Amino acid sequence: MVLQSFKNCLRLSCVLRTPKACFWSTAGGGLIIQSVSNDVYQNLAVEDWIHDHMDLEKQQILFLWRNSPAVVIGRHQNPWQECNLRLLRQKNIKLARRRSGGGTVYHDLGNINLTFFTTRKKYERMGNLKLIVKALKALRPQLDVHVTDRYDILLDRQYKISGTAAKLGRTSAYHHCTLLCNADKSVLSSVLKSPYKGLKSNATPSVPASVKNLFEEDASLTSEMLLDAIAKEYAVQHQIDHHIILINPADETLLPGISNKTKELQTWEWVYGKTPKFSISACLNVAYKDSVLDVKVNMDVKHGRIEVCNIDLPEQWLPPGLYSELVKGLTGSKFCPNETTTLVTTLLKVCPQDDELHSRWTLLCENMIRLM
Amino acid sequence: VCIHRVRSCSSIRFIKSKYVCVFDKSALKFSHQQRLFRTSPVSCGQIVQFKLSDIGEGITEVTVKEWYIKEGDSVSQFDSICEVQSDKASVTITSRYDGIIRKLHYSIDDIAFVGKPLVDIEIDASKGVAPEEDVVETPPMSHEEHTHQEIKGHKTLATPAVRRLAMENNIKLSEIVGTGKDNRILKEDILNYLAKQTGAILPPSPKAEIVPPLRKTEAVPAAPKDKARRIPVPLSRPIAFSGKDKTEPVTGFQKAMVKTMSAALKIPHFGYSDEIDLTQLVQLREELKPLAETRGVKLSFMPFFIKAASLGLLQYPILNASLDENCQNVTYKASHNIGVAMDTEQGLIVPNVKNVQVCSVFDIAVELNRLQSLGSAGQLGTSDLTGGTFTLSNIGTIGGTYAKPVILPPEVAIGALGKIQVLPRFNGKGEVFKARIMNVSWSADHRIIDGATMARFSNLWKSYLENPASMLLDLK
Repeated sequence: MVLQSFKNCLRLSCVLRTPKACFWSTAGGGLIIQSVSNDVYQNLAVEDWIHDHMDLEKQQILFLWRNSPAVVIGRHQNPWQECNLRLLRQKNIKLARRRSGGGTVYHDLGNINLTFFTTRKKYERMGNLKLIVKALKALRPQLDVHVTDRYDILLDRQYKISGTAAKLGRTSAYHHCTLLCNADKSVLSSVLKSPYKGLKSNATPSVPASVKNLFEEDASLTSEMLLDAIAKEYAVQHQIDHHIILINPADETLLPGISNKTKELQTWEWVYGKTPKFSISACLNVAYKDSVLDVKVNMDVKHGRIEVCNIDLPEQWLPPGLYSELVKGLTGSKFCPNETTTLVTTLLKVCPQDDELHSRWTLLCENMIRLM
Repeated sequence: VCIHRVRSCSSIRFIKSKYVCVFDKSALKFSHQQRLFRTSPVSCGQIVQFKLSDIGEGITEVTVKEWYIKEGDSVSQFDSICEVQSDKASVTITSRYDGIIRKLHYSIDDIAFVGKPLVDIEIDASKGVAPEEDVVETPPMSHEEHTHQEIKGHKTLATPAVRRLAMENNIKLSEIVGTGKDNRILKEDILNYLAKQTGAILPPSPKAEIVPPLRKTEAVPAAPKDKARRIPVPLSRPIAFSGKDKTEPVTGFQKAMVKTMSAALKIPHFGYSDEIDLTQLVQLREELKPLAETRGVKLSFMPFFIKAASLGLLQYPILNASLDENCQNVTYKASHNIGVAMDTEQGLIVPNVKNVQVCSVFDIAVELNRLQSLGSAGQLGTSDLTGGTFTLSNIGTIGGTYAKPVILPPEVAIGALGKIQVLPRFNGKGEVFKARIMNVSWSADHRIIDGATMARFSNLWKSYLENPASMLLDLK
């Protein structure tokens, strides 16, 4: 296996003005590239870039990538429903929304990602997954791995080691999947459990499954070995050289427009704002002095922002003026703890300075923020 | 002289005619452009039912997840219409036609069927799939250049609006590199191309030449005039600017700022500024920085400023007070919770360091580090953001010298610190030395704070910082 620098490949081929043309062409109907970055947003941006700019008619592409700890949700999913956002924030684990459909996955360096780029017409997931299974079996013939109808790869007929998702555009398509080599299973299960109750939404739900690392089955396996085996099989099937070309997702001259794509994937509007409309109906147990108050909260969230907000408080528990300010302030605001904290602390500053009021207010607001 | 005149006259006439020639032709083109008119699609188009095309893998039905357009919107060929999902695959459906959306056959979360109509699009009856036509009498360039879809076997994708812009500016679409999806030419590409043209946009034909200058022998006085006339006056061609005003609702951080500042408006502010010589403090910090680092803490100047402020507040507690709504009572706060203005991605937040009066400079540095990392991660809690009694804003880290800070209610004072500059100053012996100077601008609530109090507090604060050893005497 030879790792060539990308620029070398460039010198071999003709450079046309339009990035689409035979920019990256090598002899043969395929190209294998690997990202040098572990940043989930940069790598997702590379997928977008290839999908938008590359002509896949003459050659298909296999893209290999790995990410530092991140949770990746599907295009039409609800992050509050899918993962423990509080834990993510605490552990500094990134949250990304990909453009393909499907469910939520946890990535870390023990997980490898494979993206198969083809034209829309040649889109075919089963073939790709069978290629992976063939590669795994060639590496370790005793592995019991097979592809299911749901496009999962199971180990020992029961443990999921790979999940699939796909994106189809007008002329191109891609199918990407994960492969668990040596991921941290305890972090995986804790972050993928949502603590948020009372959510009602039509977002695509994830189907939880028991997972296992290939490393647990055979401790001699590493991510590098698996990547190499799959690349080799791809090369054989596409009749190309077993060369993996490294690309740097931060290289703007190579991938013009990539930094914009990377930025867009990190915006709040994309990650949270693309959540399909949902409602949250919760009962806060506010322990105040010697009693516990049951406060019913109902909110409708659209585009990640609170559209409608109802808080059922006992009368006069808060001065009516302040209560209406709270509801008014929350309406239209992001369903986000940071923004809500800023709002409620500001409202506190501009209202009468009464210790009793302050403690009630702080208690109520902190409970509400926990919903986010 | 006569000869000169004649010569220059004739040359001028010569130039003029050429100039006029140029001008005329462009004027001609201009007038043609002014006679440009469009056929705008009125409801006389033909309604086409755009069916959901085959997804592949034998899929027959999908769920509609998001619409990118609504009824009444106009779309161009290849614009995204909606996003549908089928079994872990997300598909972007793009339009096949230019036209206006007249009906959406499904709502969000409905099941859509392959082969059945997805949307109804009204297209221009006479044109079919062709773009909106501009009727031009005698175009300066071949009409084909602008509306031509196939150039050298390569489809030039551009919306009708972009094509019009290109035509108005006499640009061949084949000369522009498109940066949009599928190499589509966007308005930005045209504008960038225009920006690269040096000086005026001269019509490509007839070629506007800058007539070569007269032989320099005698025509010196006439030369400038000639030159002036030789260079054709740039025609004020309207360069199309496609920027649009954008209106957004005020939410989140901005809303909080609106509330705070509107409340602050009720406070009659007065300002007081001074200059602090930080030469000694700079040296002290340099000595202490490595020690703090061994303890895992980044030491900036702020902990010193904050501690000095607290020492000052012990002497002038009215600056750490709060006036009630009716201005009837003043509450002297026991805790010195000193707020530090922070600039984050989302906007201004002011967390505070609690009980500075019992903290050491190092304690303050630790707390500041904690608040700063939480602040940049957007994870500050309510307790960090409430209970402040006095605020310092170190705007100098970004820049500036003097400022006019706004008091954050329910506090009564605030200080803005400018940047530290190296300036020449006189020392006790009358010699000039390199001093590290920082400006401070205080604002205080004039209802309960008077100028003298503010000035004395500022002097005390200044003395602690100019001579850090003096802080040792009063540290608690």
